[in-house]
This record gives sequence, structure tokens and C-alpha cells, in this order.
Amino acid sequence: MKVGIAGIGHGKFGRRSDATVQELAFEAFRLAMEDVGDLDRKDIDASIIGSVPEYHKQRSLPGVVVEYLGLNSQPAWLTEAACGSSSASIRSAYMAIKSGLHDVVAVLGVQKMTELETPELLALMGRVGDVQWESIFGSTFPGYYAFYANRHMYEFGTTHEQMLKVAVKNHHYGSMNPKAMFQKEITIERAMAAPKVADPFTVFDCCANADGAVCLIMGNEEKVRQLTDTPVWLEGVGSATAAMSLLRRPDLVSIPSAKDAAEQAYKQANVTPDDIQVADVHDCFTIAEILAYEDLGFCAKGDGGKFIDEEQSYIGGKNPVNIDGGLKAKGHPVGATGASQTYEIVSQLRGDAGERQVDGAEIGLTHNVGGIGQYTFVHIYRRD
Amino acid sequence: MPFKWFGKISFVPYTRVTDFADHLKDGKLMGSKCCDCGQVTFPPRADCLGCMSSEFDWIEYSGEAVLNTYTIIHAAPTGFDDIVPYMLGIVDLPEGGRLMGWMGDVAPEEIEIGMKLKVVPRIFDEIPEIKVHYTLEKA
Repeated sequence: MKVGIAGIGHGKFGRRSDATVQELAFEAFRLAMEDVGDLDRKDIDASIIGSVPEYHKQRSLPGVVVEYLGLNSQPAWLTEAACGSSSASIRSAYMAIKSGLHDVVAVLGVQKMTELETPELLALMGRVGDVQWESIFGSTFPGYYAFYANRHMYEFGTTHEQMLKVAVKNHHYGSMNPKAMFQKEITIERAMAAPKVADPFTVFDCCANADGAVCLIMGNEEKVRQLTDTPVWLEGVGSATAAMSLLRRPDLVSIPSAKDAAEQAYKQANVTPDDIQVADVHDCFTIAEILAYEDLGFCAKGDGGKFIDEEQSYIGGKNPVNIDGGLKAKGHPVGATGASQTYEIVSQLRGDAGERQVDGAEIGLTHNVGGIGQYTFVHIYRRD
Repeated sequence: MPFKWFGKISFVPYTRVTDFADHLKDGKLMGSKCCDCGQVTFPPRADCLGCMSSEFDWIEYSGEAVLNTYTIIHAAPTGFDDIVPYMLGIVDLPEGGRLMGWMGDVAPEEIEIGMKLKVVPRIFDEIPEIKVHYTLEKA
């Protein structure tokens, strides 16, 4: 039995001081219900919320979300895997449907990151690493990826300019995405001259905190075929973890969980990296997209800089990547990002991506990394 | 000495490896060695990753280190804004494991991945409580 996606809804990402977290969820849910058309809320068997709870004032988010969406009394629960939280929801939905327990499941990736005041956010920022051995010296999220960036530059000759080319590409495509937080092109010169965050990164190497929600209506083969003429099937679900601390990783030039998750997903879907016609990868920092090219096998380890130099990740290249703008231009409402990546891939496989459409795309991939690779989810989608 | 005196800001006051902070105050950098399988690691663990034994001994590290990677933090979290920019290094330790700490006497223009460094135990002397940490200095 196949598991597929029948409906998708993507709210506007950005600083959403106009809405509460449940109102953001409603916006995405309503769009997904309109996309499906003929589905009653009582026929949704369960709701799975992907979110990172420490950003919200509201405790135990699923409760308030399902009440506001009118999804009582069906079951609901939260999945948390840092920035991979809504991909964890998709994986849970896949398991629930595949087992026969549920026929139709709503996945809601939702996050409001701007609810906290700056001092609270700065305090949270100081606890992303191992708090016993690392955070006590002031390590930060950008700092962890900067460790990767400097090591990658040392081992393979990758340059900061190559990293910023990723940002230029993603802002280029983000300028065509009305759901994106930033819809403006940038230049290498401007990005290079911007304030420094963690050497070698400037602010243009880093994605932005954002608010937003995305909803996916998933179901078994029979239900999905009833609900849509353009089904997209989830054919490979890979997931793995890696040591929390960089001090306990085998090397600092790849994300081991990403390689493991990709291998599982390719095997299950019976495809190779060369078959991936469109991909959304986790570019929380520019180096992260370069690591993704390599860890997903789009190019050899160490060749990620060359891959972007040659524009192989643009439309028309070997594997178009983040042609919705990526986290970089869309903004990164952490719990919503995995569902947002899936929204883009489903749109592409349906042929609905407008001026950003990859002609004839049939197979797509999402790569959603939690934390600094503590968790990775790689999902492969295919249309009929 | 409670573990909360280790580092600039403490998040974890209680741990089974609390003696680490005392040893550091005495100028010793200690890793852990499993009493059952002998696995040596840094940062120290009370419970062995290899064989799941919960019996461990302290083992003194030489402080020898090789720089694996580094960064310079410009945007700091709460409690670190008074020292920006600061340089963080990750070093490989020959006895086993890695360590993250502040770079000491190495200027940004001198920093080179692969360079030999020394982990030096330190006592903060500018604050009333005895706080301990370590820095990475030129070998």
C-alpha cells in the first residue's frame, strides 16, 4: 500500500506579529483543505504537529492547535526533532498510515519564533550545543556550522565566495516565491561586506528566524486517489541520528546522519542521486547546502564548492536545489521547515511551480536536518 | 568543588563527573577511563559508551592537542556579549577524544588548522568565586 500526499497548504513566512501560533496553523490548514476540496474535518483520523516547543509561550501546542482547527476529538500529538520536527511528523504519519491504524492524517508544521523577546532568544541561542562541555564557552548555532565551514575550506579548498554563491542562488529563486520572507536578489559583494556572525559567516550565510505554518494532508493510496487527481507518493523514508556533539563525530566535513538517511531513502525508493530532478535541502547556513550536495551524493565529497560554481544546483543543472528560495530566502520557522520543503516538492511534481517549474519533474527529494545533524530526515517523492 | 564552577556560564551544576572541576583547579586536565573495557575518552563520561559499564577512573591528559577547526564568534549569546569577538577551537587529543575551548595566545592571523596547541587549565581571577576553565595556547 502506498502512502501519499493529497493536499498542501503553505502560509506566509516572515515576522508574523499579526497572528498567534494557532492562527498561523489555521491559515495553512485552510489552504490545504481548499487544495483537497472534498474532505470533511471529521474524516481526518489524526493530527501530528511538528514544532519546537521552547519558542512558544503556550505549553503543549497540539491541544490548542487542534481545538482551534476544529479537529477534536481525533487524536493529536507533537513530534520534536529540532529543525527536523515536521519531517518527524511526516515519518510518524507514514508509519500510522502504513500500519493501517489511520487512513488520513493531517501534518502541521507550525512555529512562531518571534514571540520571544530578544534576551530570551539570545539565552536560547546559548544552549544549542552540549550544555555541559560546550555552551559554557559561548558556542552558537552559526558557530557550529562555521566549524564545519573552516574545516571544509582546509580539507578541500572550498571558499567563502562559493558558500555565498549558494545564498545568491537561493535569494534569486526566493525573489520568485510569494511565500518567502525575503523576495530580493543579493550580490556576492554585498553579502561579503555584511556584518560578521561567526567566522567565516556574515549575516548572509545564515537563514533567519521566522514565523509560519505548512499543512500536508496525507493518506493511504485509496483515500489519496479519491481526494486528488495529482497524487504524489512518499516512496523513500530515511532517518538517522548522529552524535549531539561535534567532539564525538568521525569527521567535521560531513553530516553522518544525512549520509545514512539518504542511503536508506534511495534504497527504499530504488533510485540513485542522479534520478533526483528537484530537491529541497536544509540550507540553514550556506555551508550546510554544500555539505548536502555531497552527503546526498549529488557530487563527490569535497566537490560541493565546484557544484555551485558550475551552477549544477540551478534549474537546468544536474540537480536543481532549493529553487523555492530554501531556508535562506523563505525564512526558517524551525518546526514548519520540513513541511515547507515537502510543499515545494509536491508542487513541483504536480507541475504547479509556475516560473520556477522544473520541466517534467517526476522524482523529488527533501533533506531536513535537525540541529547540527543530530537528526536527519531524507524523503523521496514520486508522482504517478 | 561543584561542577557549576566550570566555564563562564554554568548550565549543569550536578554530574557524576563533578571531580573534573577540582582536578582542573589543581592544574590537571582529566579524561575518563572505563574500569571494565579500558576505553579512554574526553569529555569524560561516567558511563562507558563502549561497554555500558558505570565504573570509571580518572586519567590525566597531557594537554597536547592539534587544531581540528575553529571559528570567531561575533554574535554572542547571553552572558558572552562582554567578550566578543572570541575565538573557539576544536582540538583532537592524542589520548582520545576532542575538546572545545577558547583560543589563548593565538592571534586570528596566526591561526592554522593542523597547528599544535596545548590545553592549559585556568582559574578566572577577576571574579569572586573560583571559576575554572581551559584555554588553547601555542605549543
